[in-house]
Amino acid sequence: MSRKLQEPETVEKKESIEILSGNEAIARGAWEAGVKVAAAYPGTPSTEILETLAGYKDVYCEWAPNEKVAMEVGLGAAMAGGRALVCMKHVGLNVAADPFFSASYVGVDGGLVVVSADDPGMHSSQDEQDNRNYAKFARVPVLEPADSGEAKEFTLLGYELSERFDTPVLIRTTTRTSHSKSLVTLGERQERPPVTELKRNWSKYTMMPQNAIARHPLIEQRIRDLAEYAEDCPFNRVEMGDTRVGIITSGVIYGYAREAIPGASFLKIGLSYPLPRKLIAEFRARVDKLYVVEELDPFLEEQVRLMGIQINGGKEMNTLLGELDARLIARSLAEAGVPGVNEELLGELRPAATGLPGRPPTFCPGCSHRGIFVVLKKLRTFVCGDIGCYTMGALPPFNSVHCSTCMGASISMGHGMSKVLERPTDDKPVDPRHKLVAIIGDSTFYHSGITSLMDVVYNKGATVNIIVDNSTTAMTGGQDHPGTGKTLLGEPSTAVDLPALCRALGLKRVTTIDPYNLEEIERVLREELAANEPSVIIAKAPCVLQYKIRRPPYQVDAELCIGCKRCLQAGCVALNLYTDANGDRKVEILADQCNGCGVCSQLCKENAIIRPESAAEEGSR
Amino acid sequence: MSARRTFNMLLTGVGGQGVVLASYVLSHVAMAEGYDVKQSEVHGMAQRGGSVVSHFRFGEKVWSPLCAPGTVDLLMAFEALEGLRYVHWLRPGGRLVYNALRINPSPVSAGLAEYPPNIDELIRAAWPNVQCVDAYSLAVQAGTGRAANVAMLGAVSPSLPFARETWEEVIRKAVPPKTVEVNLAAFRLGVESALSAASSKTS
Repeated sequence: MSRKLQEPETVEKKESIEILSGNEAIARGAWEAGVKVAAAYPGTPSTEILETLAGYKDVYCEWAPNEKVAMEVGLGAAMAGGRALVCMKHVGLNVAADPFFSASYVGVDGGLVVVSADDPGMHSSQDEQDNRNYAKFARVPVLEPADSGEAKEFTLLGYELSERFDTPVLIRTTTRTSHSKSLVTLGERQERPPVTELKRNWSKYTMMPQNAIARHPLIEQRIRDLAEYAEDCPFNRVEMGDTRVGIITSGVIYGYAREAIPGASFLKIGLSYPLPRKLIAEFRARVDKLYVVEELDPFLEEQVRLMGIQINGGKEMNTLLGELDARLIARSLAEAGVPGVNEELLGELRPAATGLPGRPPTFCPGCSHRGIFVVLKKLRTFVCGDIGCYTMGALPPFNSVHCSTCMGASISMGHGMSKVLERPTDDKPVDPRHKLVAIIGDSTFYHSGITSLMDVVYNKGATVNIIVDNSTTAMTGGQDHPGTGKTLLGEPSTAVDLPALCRALGLKRVTTIDPYNLEEIERVLREELAANEPSVIIAKAPCVLQYKIRRPPYQVDAELCIGCKRCLQAGCVALNLYTDANGDRKVEILADQCNGCGVCSQLCKENAIIRPESAAEEGSR
Repeated sequence: MSARRTFNMLLTGVGGQGVVLASYVLSHVAMAEGYDVKQSEVHGMAQRGGSVVSHFRFGEKVWSPLCAPGTVDLLMAFEALEGLRYVHWLRPGGRLVYNALRINPSPVSAGLAEYPPNIDELIRAAWPNVQCVDAYSLAVQAGTGRAANVAMLGAVSPSLPFARETWEEVIRKAVPPKTVEVNLAAFRLGVESALSAASSKTS
């Protein structure tokens, strides 16, 4: 289709084709579908959907404090008759599962599309889960686009299906569909009729048992109706080639499979639940051998097998773990003796270079989290971590996060741990090594830490809880949240008063500290660890990356540096160990990297790391 | 180059080096030249100084957004170590163009690992078809070190079947208006460095 670009008469067409990521394409699809309300909590790889959509006029977009709230905002909008979009990463749907299941029961008025962006391979996640399973679990149809063009078209179809079948529709992407770019043909926005009043439909929308019992059979019938529709769904597509081999596949895996075995026959599934039984049986009859190729769970395969349709290979040929690619698929097919596999993908790979230092993510120079972890390491307390940039405190040289599971868990898990630990008594001083600290970011705290902290206070816990407040959702690229005083649409808003919120939960010990001052961090931490009641320490300083903060760089006085490497405990890429002309090891500061935070300078016992005079005069840090 | 076969390119570097902008320019140049395009990168944690990898593919019809290991025609590394790390992704006969710049990974900064002191030797031992570009110096010569990624684009451009005008037109639109001339100068210096490296090899 790209060839058409060069035809002279297609100036208009040229303007209507763009390179978009899958996320941008979903946003475009939602806009074209006339979506009125969109809500999300940021999470890689889903974040850019709402960031993009917020750039279009005519759509109300918001960052909700968490995915459950986002889902309810979307459901409310759909119930009221507007089209709504709700987006999240895969683990977000765990948080939003409660309203998602209810949404399946109550159905919609205006279309409701829910996007789950899964992360096979865990590029930026704590687990890999195949959220297609949620569709089957909640009796909701799921669409799986293979590229950006489909991402837009499937979004439009999602709204049609949602309204036609009175159901929320799940669109499941993966990192590779969300973050890959390909060509998309743009369309115009379809305006929807305005909503001027709320229709009352008590038996449909009020899920008390008597109504829910009446709704359940309708939900089961809806899935049967959708299975019927799936037979003719334009996005379940048969592409006949070599009839010796048939491949059933979906999503981005279709692209890999097309390259792994270019000549085969394909049944490319767009609507992955419910599946079209007749279409699959007919395809089965047209090919000699049938294989199901999919990433993570055998989701299509199990449905096909349950239909009683025989396949010659599925999950046992590849893996439940991580991502697939064209090469893995080609090799698995070749090993099974399948003809027509792309030879280019079967050669032995040259070995990767070994012994190279890795390049894991790390705190930016100037990051306000660094000093906290320097001190936590020194105190050797047990640290319950959470989800955000500060999880990187688990990595060398800090090694100071000892558990991390899901959003908001630091505070509640720490509470549970403390109930197992023997309690300190007043006459016995507490060794910090036998105490624990929970550490959580501001956005994560608003997401799901508040109820945990409420639990600590209510149930007489005595943990120390650090909220590292950098006024942004940093790890996902700097999104606003209820504490920043600004909305996704850029409007000023009321910011949560964090110390007041903590006090309102019943905490008496709430201290705000400067996270760049190591002495202050250590003093306050020791005080709070010694106290026999719960406390919150708010380590407050804005994210240097998101707020574009530049401070003058520090310098090392090479005469004074004894090469002791103490400063390297700061784990900062602005520090560089080198050997000078005399063969002595010294540290230098890379001026283009240093962001003048001064943490390394406080670690140096030789006073060799100095702030340039000019900066000192200005009084900056 | 025939458009029949999909051309595979891998861009590697460190978060903050402009790999994403370079990928943007490449995909828009290929689109403007009438190719089907797929481009893929993983962002998220990568912006905290981690490795960044971007896949860029173009041809008559591109199915997969990812290059398969062992099939890459052109590896464009914005940092030397990140070139060596992905050399095995090249196909036999593929080409590595890497930036002379070295950026310490965090384990090196923490004194827990050493940056290979002989990185250039290691790269040349690992791959025969290699060009090293001092993109930072070229960019400084053009007016700002920040245009190093565009100088790198200039350096790979002779390996790609795209017209010079298309490159320049896309770069004009992709960079901030005030920096257009600097970036175009960096691009041209990158082109010259690649052409002179090629002619010195053949002479």
